[in-house]
Amino acid sequence: MRAEAPDVVPGQPGAGKPDPVLVIDSITRSFGGVRAVDVAHLEFQRGWITGLIGPNGAGKTTLFNLLTGFDRPDTGRWTFDGIPLSRLAPHQVARRGVVRTFQLTKALAKLTVLDNMRLAAPKQTGERFFGALLGTWGRQEQANTRKAMELLARFQLDAKAEDLAGCLSGGQRKLLEMARALMMDPTVVMLDEPMAGVNPALTESLLKHVKSLRDDGMTVVFVEHDMDVIRDISDWVVVMAQGRVIAEGRPEALSSNKTVVDAYLGAHHDQALEFDAEGNPVGQTAVLVAEIESELEAAIERGQDLSA
Amino acid sequence: MIDIPSLLTNGIAALVGPSTIFFALLAIGLNIHFGYTGLLNFGQIGFALVGGYGMGIAVLYFGLPLWSGVLVGMAAGMVLALLLGIPTLRLRADYLAIVTIAAAEILRLITRSTSMTDFSGGTQGLTGYGGGFRQLSPFDNGRFYSFYGVRFLGQDLWSICVGWTVVGLSLILVFLLVRSPWGRVLKAIREDEDAVRALGKNVFVYKMQALVLGGVFGAVGGIIFALTTQSLTPDFYSPPQTFFAYAALIIGGAGRVLGPVVGSMIFWFVLSITDNFLRQATAGSNPLISFIDNQDVGAIRFVLVGVALAALMMFRPQGIFGKRSEVLPDAR
Amino acid sequence: MRAAGAARPPVRARSRDPGFGRVPGPLRALLGALLGTLIASSALLGLAAPALAAPALAPLQPSRGALSPPAPPDQPGLPVSGTLRNVDGTLLAGVRVQALAAGSQQVASTLSDASGRWELTVPTPGRYTFRIDRQSLPRGVSVLQGEVVRDVAPGTLSLVVFRFGTQRAGLQTSASATAARVLVDGIRFGLVIGITGVGLSLIFGTTGLTNFAHGELVTIGAVLAWTLNVTFGLQLIWAAALAIVAGGALGAANDLAIWRPMRRRRASLVAQLVISIGLALALRYLVLIYFGGRSQSFADYTNQVERNYGFISITDKDLATIVISLVVLVGVALLLQRTRIGKAMRAVADNRDLAASSGINVERVVLFVWILAGALAALGGVLFGLSELGGTVQYEMGFNLLLLMFAGVILGGLGTAYGALVGCLIVGVLVEVSAQIIPVDLKYLGGLAVLIVILVIRPQGLLGSRARIG
Repeated sequence: MRAEAPDVVPGQPGAGKPDPVLVIDSITRSFGGVRAVDVAHLEFQRGWITGLIGPNGAGKTTLFNLLTGFDRPDTGRWTFDGIPLSRLAPHQVARRGVVRTFQLTKALAKLTVLDNMRLAAPKQTGERFFGALLGTWGRQEQANTRKAMELLARFQLDAKAEDLAGCLSGGQRKLLEMARALMMDPTVVMLDEPMAGVNPALTESLLKHVKSLRDDGMTVVFVEHDMDVIRDISDWVVVMAQGRVIAEGRPEALSSNKTVVDAYLGAHHDQALEFDAEGNPVGQTAVLVAEIESELEAAIERGQDLSA
Repeated sequence: MIDIPSLLTNGIAALVGPSTIFFALLAIGLNIHFGYTGLLNFGQIGFALVGGYGMGIAVLYFGLPLWSGVLVGMAAGMVLALLLGIPTLRLRADYLAIVTIAAAEILRLITRSTSMTDFSGGTQGLTGYGGGFRQLSPFDNGRFYSFYGVRFLGQDLWSICVGWTVVGLSLILVFLLVRSPWGRVLKAIREDEDAVRALGKNVFVYKMQALVLGGVFGAVGGIIFALTTQSLTPDFYSPPQTFFAYAALIIGGAGRVLGPVVGSMIFWFVLSITDNFLRQATAGSNPLISFIDNQDVGAIRFVLVGVALAALMMFRPQGIFGKRSEVLPDAR
Repeated sequence: MRAAGAARPPVRARSRDPGFGRVPGPLRALLGALLGTLIASSALLGLAAPALAAPALAPLQPSRGALSPPAPPDQPGLPVSGTLRNVDGTLLAGVRVQALAAGSQQVASTLSDASGRWELTVPTPGRYTFRIDRQSLPRGVSVLQGEVVRDVAPGTLSLVVFRFGTQRAGLQTSASATAARVLVDGIRFGLVIGITGVGLSLIFGTTGLTNFAHGELVTIGAVLAWTLNVTFGLQLIWAAALAIVAGGALGAANDLAIWRPMRRRRASLVAQLVISIGLALALRYLVLIYFGGRSQSFADYTNQVERNYGFISITDKDLATIVISLVVLVGVALLLQRTRIGKAMRAVADNRDLAASSGINVERVVLFVWILAGALAALGGVLFGLSELGGTVQYEMGFNLLLLMFAGVILGGLGTAYGALVGCLIVGVLVEVSAQIIPVDLKYLGGLAVLIVILVIRPQGLLGSRARIG
């Protein structure tokens, strides 16, 4: 089911969309000498599933970190529903309805699955210091618990509600993180590699859940480097390489796009990128990727301390 | 010869004595910081100092009544937490640790400075602020009361009753808070700050609230202790005291409501018995243990505490009662 | 003397350590360089002339015994006591101290004993003037403050401190001369902090650990040198050289026994910090048990006078401290820039995983960093005692220095070797400058205040990158 026909938009980088929910302008972020993100203009259409693809080190996660306030850009602005979102701290971004997950799942292993869910509920009286003391939060907690159990049932996690999240499998953690994000009734859900490290048997079910988010009226943006996964569920695909958006368009149109193929094979660029049979970078490319990844990690940490 | 009955009565007296109360309160504060939120406050003794001295100076220098002195002491703990938290709570855990231990040492140096003699009494410290506290005592201050052979002076008994009441109230407060959604956020922060940020919580504010709350517990501990001893001496508030409280907390179990109190009781029971044993064993012309100097017994307790702290953190971070699976801030 | 017997446990533990057997080659070179510097500078120290000119005002070290025994209040009257110590650190025996009641009426008087200590008893609480009888002073000793007025109260320990030396006279007291002196003192102190701080910063850079037990490495270095120097009669330079070797071994033992296993277990930062502070506590009080709570003086270079070099007067040991520190720090910089192991250290500090994947043996590099840091801490301890503490050693000296190291290292940027150096220099100068303004017993406060200010303004430090602090 595709709400609007994606082919009304031209398949050019930075193409305008009929009803964009996120609009990004001239956003850049460098680490040392490496330009990790350099996007002139990008729009995300409301109600679509947009896949963000590109080789490792293309700047996808950095872009996510920037958009969700976990990192600060060198330059650039972006708006969410027309409201400026740049310079907001991560929790402010989340409260406005742009909720993210992480590549390495951040299920809180020492809380129960249910507590993970209830933690995410917004505007809790009992989360305020004096509210907690007054003890008037019981009713709200009950409502949140009901909502949490419904969501857990939808993600087939209700049987695990009282278990510690640390007991869940990798795929279940991804599901928990997705369900937890829904506790916040988000407008935009940003999933960072939802399929990474997941048992292939679970991939289908995960994909189904991602689609169901769109069917509930949410906008989904997700990072992935496996083209096949993207082709199945995306309404639209944005391709990044070396920090830039090099192409966007309908998924079926992109597999034949020369720029995209070049980005993966490296023909287009000054420095040849090398990958082995499994798509892992080798040689110089491995060093480059490691560099960029470590800087990304550092960036997340930096975001951590400057953002709250 | 070793006088075992006296070892035991001293040990039992230490179980409920002023030191246990003082360190229980410090550790309750550290439990909020370290046990629930994962903040490393290495200067808890500084909070006790501003509590005690805040009260003493308010009464002696500004002539306020004792009850408002108590409030001043608590407010001082709050202000100190804000001052230390603002620059450091956005940074890695070690920055808070460095700044708190430095601040505690700064405060001690200032209070003992001769240039501050008029204000804080310099190295002599302060006395004479707490008469009102003893007047409230229902016991005969000069009399000994005996409980199954364990004797307490009336004035100490009064301090102990008040102290344990405060400990009890503090525990109720902590219990109410940590079982609430507020406590849930703290535990989540301890585990992964970024996850909590991504869920729309202002992590900085929660950390600050935790730092202030734990700091006020430290200040209350300082106030109770200063009322018990009726004197404030700056060198009592030296950095190692904080680590006594850490040892007590980790023994009892960080991240458990009763952990700090149980830990403090065990800590002082064991310390009192080993201390007394070593003192008796090394005293006299023909000591039982000859290779330890009688003067060094005081220092040995610091060594034991240091080793215990490091060893517990290495091998039993969950405390002596906890299960390995409950090990809390140590997972990553 | 209980020194010799009690010295054993730490030393034994160290020689048992397996890591000491396989000291990496570059370390041997480094230790050789350190030794060479020390020996070369001995020539400088050896020129020390007998005390003729009046020594300058030096800060007195207030002895702060955490375990100082209270005076027994059983005899009538109130005891008042003190220790007479000349600016050069020598203890003055046979000096008469008088206590005068209101109206200059003498109520008590006594002579100081061989250790410079005096004690007398005043009859009642109240205000007394305590005075040194200048006639009884040894030749060449001059008094800066020979009269102290003190309120004596019951139940407290009354200590009276007299100050010796002379105010600098004539052209020497000009503002520019004072400024030059403060600057040189500050640089000297900053270099000493830097020597120890570089190791702290390198450990942080390569392992992410903020080592709260680093101060104890400093103390142990100084105490070892003191033991070899005073108890075994070894010349201080040789004693220091051995202490540096032992310090390196102690650093290696630290890493192999505790930190390598903790890294292998992926212990959290918080757990590691608590372990390091427990270790610091245990080591500090082991030193106290062995060494005692008082400041004790080295046997050499205690009695030095300042030489005039035109714009600045400086004692030989202070000059040697500056020269040794500079040479060693330049050596460390060259090590980092030029040698293979140094480059590997920088690579590991820069990006541990990348370094590992490009074939660097990270654990070996970290071990080397610990050895270097331990050796530098020991050297720093000796220099700290020699220059800043007036030639004495004290069990809490390392902890006091640790807080200033943190200040300097954070000011420069945690994890950066050069930043640490710059930061420590600034802190050193700042401490000396602030001592001109604030009371001497608050001298170290300025350095610690910087720590908090820098965290508010620029938490990554002057030379740090923002990524490190998160």
